[in-house]
Amino acid sequence: MLNQERLTHLKQLEAESIHILREVAAEFTNPVMMYSVGKDSSVMLHLAMKAFAPSKLPFPLLHVDTLWKFKEMIAFRDQRAKDLGFDLIVHSNPEGIDMNISPFEHGSKVHTDIMKTQALKQALNAGGYDAVIGGARRDEEKSRAKERIFSFRDKHHRWDPKNQRPELWNVYNTAIEKGESVRVFPISNWTELDVWQYIYLEDIPIPSLYFAKEHDVVEYEGTKIMVDDDRMPEALRKTAKKEMVRFRTLGCYPLTGAINSTATTLPEIIKEMLLSTSSEREGRVIDKDQEGAMELKKIEGYF
Amino acid sequence: MDIINYLKEHENKDMLRFLTCGSVDDGKSTLIGRMLYDSKMIFDDQLSAAESESKKYGTTGEKIDMALLVDGLQSEREQGITIDVAYRFFATENRKFIIADTPGHEQYTRNMVTGASTADVAIILIDARKGILTQTRRHSFIVSLLGIEHVIVAINKMDLVDFSEEVYKEISLAYGELAKELGIKNTYYIPVSALDGDNVVDKSNHTPWFDGKPLLGLLDSMDIAKEQKEEDFRFPVQYVNRPNLNFRGFCGTIAAGRVKIGDDITVLPSGKTTKVKSIINAGDITEANREAGTKEAYAPMAVTITTEDEVDISRGDMIVHTNSLPRVSNNLKVMLVWMDEKPMTLGRTYDIKRATSVVSGSFEHINYKIDVNTYERTQIDTLELNDIASCKMVLTRPIASDAYKENRLTGSFIVVDRITNNTVGAGMIVGVSRRDEDIAKRIDKHYTDAERALNRYIRENFPEWECKVV
Repeated sequence: MLNQERLTHLKQLEAESIHILREVAAEFTNPVMMYSVGKDSSVMLHLAMKAFAPSKLPFPLLHVDTLWKFKEMIAFRDQRAKDLGFDLIVHSNPEGIDMNISPFEHGSKVHTDIMKTQALKQALNAGGYDAVIGGARRDEEKSRAKERIFSFRDKHHRWDPKNQRPELWNVYNTAIEKGESVRVFPISNWTELDVWQYIYLEDIPIPSLYFAKEHDVVEYEGTKIMVDDDRMPEALRKTAKKEMVRFRTLGCYPLTGAINSTATTLPEIIKEMLLSTSSEREGRVIDKDQEGAMELKKIEGYF
Repeated sequence: MDIINYLKEHENKDMLRFLTCGSVDDGKSTLIGRMLYDSKMIFDDQLSAAESESKKYGTTGEKIDMALLVDGLQSEREQGITIDVAYRFFATENRKFIIADTPGHEQYTRNMVTGASTADVAIILIDARKGILTQTRRHSFIVSLLGIEHVIVAINKMDLVDFSEEVYKEISLAYGELAKELGIKNTYYIPVSALDGDNVVDKSNHTPWFDGKPLLGLLDSMDIAKEQKEEDFRFPVQYVNRPNLNFRGFCGTIAAGRVKIGDDITVLPSGKTTKVKSIINAGDITEANREAGTKEAYAPMAVTITTEDEVDISRGDMIVHTNSLPRVSNNLKVMLVWMDEKPMTLGRTYDIKRATSVVSGSFEHINYKIDVNTYERTQIDTLELNDIASCKMVLTRPIASDAYKENRLTGSFIVVDRITNNTVGAGMIVGVSRRDEDIAKRIDKHYTDAERALNRYIRENFPEWECKVV
């Protein structure tokens, strides 16, 4: 099927992503890469390390810490920063800290808005970034399928889905005014399967939460969540059971659903994924808030 | 199947990008939904969401509305139409597919051009009851304009014409004529019913007279490799990587051809020459080995090249083989698609982004506008949204340029409005329109006085030869 002169689909995707990352570094004066510590971020980081070798990354990584991330994610993040020598910026919303925002107490909507969306805006305003690289993929959700790779944001970080710039060939329009910015999605054209295959093929480090392990879990709002610390209400904690689980996405532990699994290796994860009947975002409580939830969040400035 | 073997096989998958063209009523979204659904790539929870939404907006009664699986934005869902370009993905044993899903109505020509720009294959939907319509001509024109070499004609709603072979043949024949007129190289015809899945993934029992492959089988197996001709090396410099004084690498994506260590190269538009000293294929870099070199690289690899001599090279330059120089000019004949509400103004300055170079320029003359429905040419002096025209473009600096039909990546450009920053147009280089800027040729050869005199004599006496100035 493949002749020698055609790259495999993963090599084509890799080359496309590297092209996009270099375009950002070349065209913007103050870019930043979002780093959420998850598998997609891990792939993006890996691609960026390739794109600029033998140099270090020409932009910092930004992690918006909601303070409710799994503990392991934070340890993993700091270890990667040490190993690869990139600049890491961590931001948490100080107002949210003062208010002691908790997903258990205030609900996922308020928590996500204050600790994630507002925190992100604060960090972006403080950094004055003109390009913000994110790991979103078009296969994740229907409204993402229509977003450009270089996606324009106005001064208020808002996305206007009806007024997007046409995007042709591999020629990206990077022109903006002061205060405006562009969100750039280098792995737009990757699917969940592509990401896992690439992690497997390239041996990319990812947090161990992706692999099945025995954890304390509780049922919370229809989702199985892990007991990661004692901020979980005691009544809920009391219901904890030990189960073999893993996570398909990583985020705030009270909002990230675990799935029962015995997959302890990458091939087993991929096998499980291929046979599974529910899509990746199912584990995220926030998307269920309302129909078209992601589209509304994106318009508001969420990634 | 053993998962390790499965992964091995899938490492070697190919990728194919295709575009679907059809209007609201052609059942395009239904066809895409059907492909995604039947190839088992629609996940269960997305499906159950579609089931509850069908009750609200569905147009197919009790059945699940396939179109709702693919129509993205909430506002569009309510109108029951798709209004922008959306990209979708699925995979088979052999290939990963990227679908560019674009709307069919006239005012959105812009979106179709966008979707077509990256596609290898186009699927054109024709309603079996209606045959070739104005919109079919429009879609086909855009497909050929954007250089798509393979067109699959899906003759849809065959269930509504009793799966008539006659209808199928009639439409195939008529489309063959249209393809010939437009110079579309390869055409394929399939009778389908997107609603019921006939000949989409599995061969239909309703069309025993059809001996071709179903749509998915064809997409999975068709040969899209370019004809095996030796392509000229083209390397638009994207980024200069300079970690320390000892390393100065030129990063970019190879747009065409191949390059190896020791090759003689020329940097355009300056015309400076040197040799390739080393090549890093970014794909080969690992955390442990940050300087993995390679002897040879080819399109579309993302690479970093270093040179033997210290030559002044920057972003926007084009590195090519010294023995296959493209034309260098600031005066180009182009096909321009206008994409902005505000009309194009002759003589106004725009930013032209071609590959990695941004040069300001203007359109000095409109040769003709082409009607996408009738293909008639008319004389006009302003371009409106969705107009397509042959224009003369004059840049403030010369660039190395290839014709779009020779090279999609070095022959294409976008037009950016310098005030709104919007992408207001997209263009394809047809050729160099004035001869006296041909720097590349000049570096190449020195002419004697007698040769120059001969050249002048020809130009003055035989202008219809369009002889170049030397």
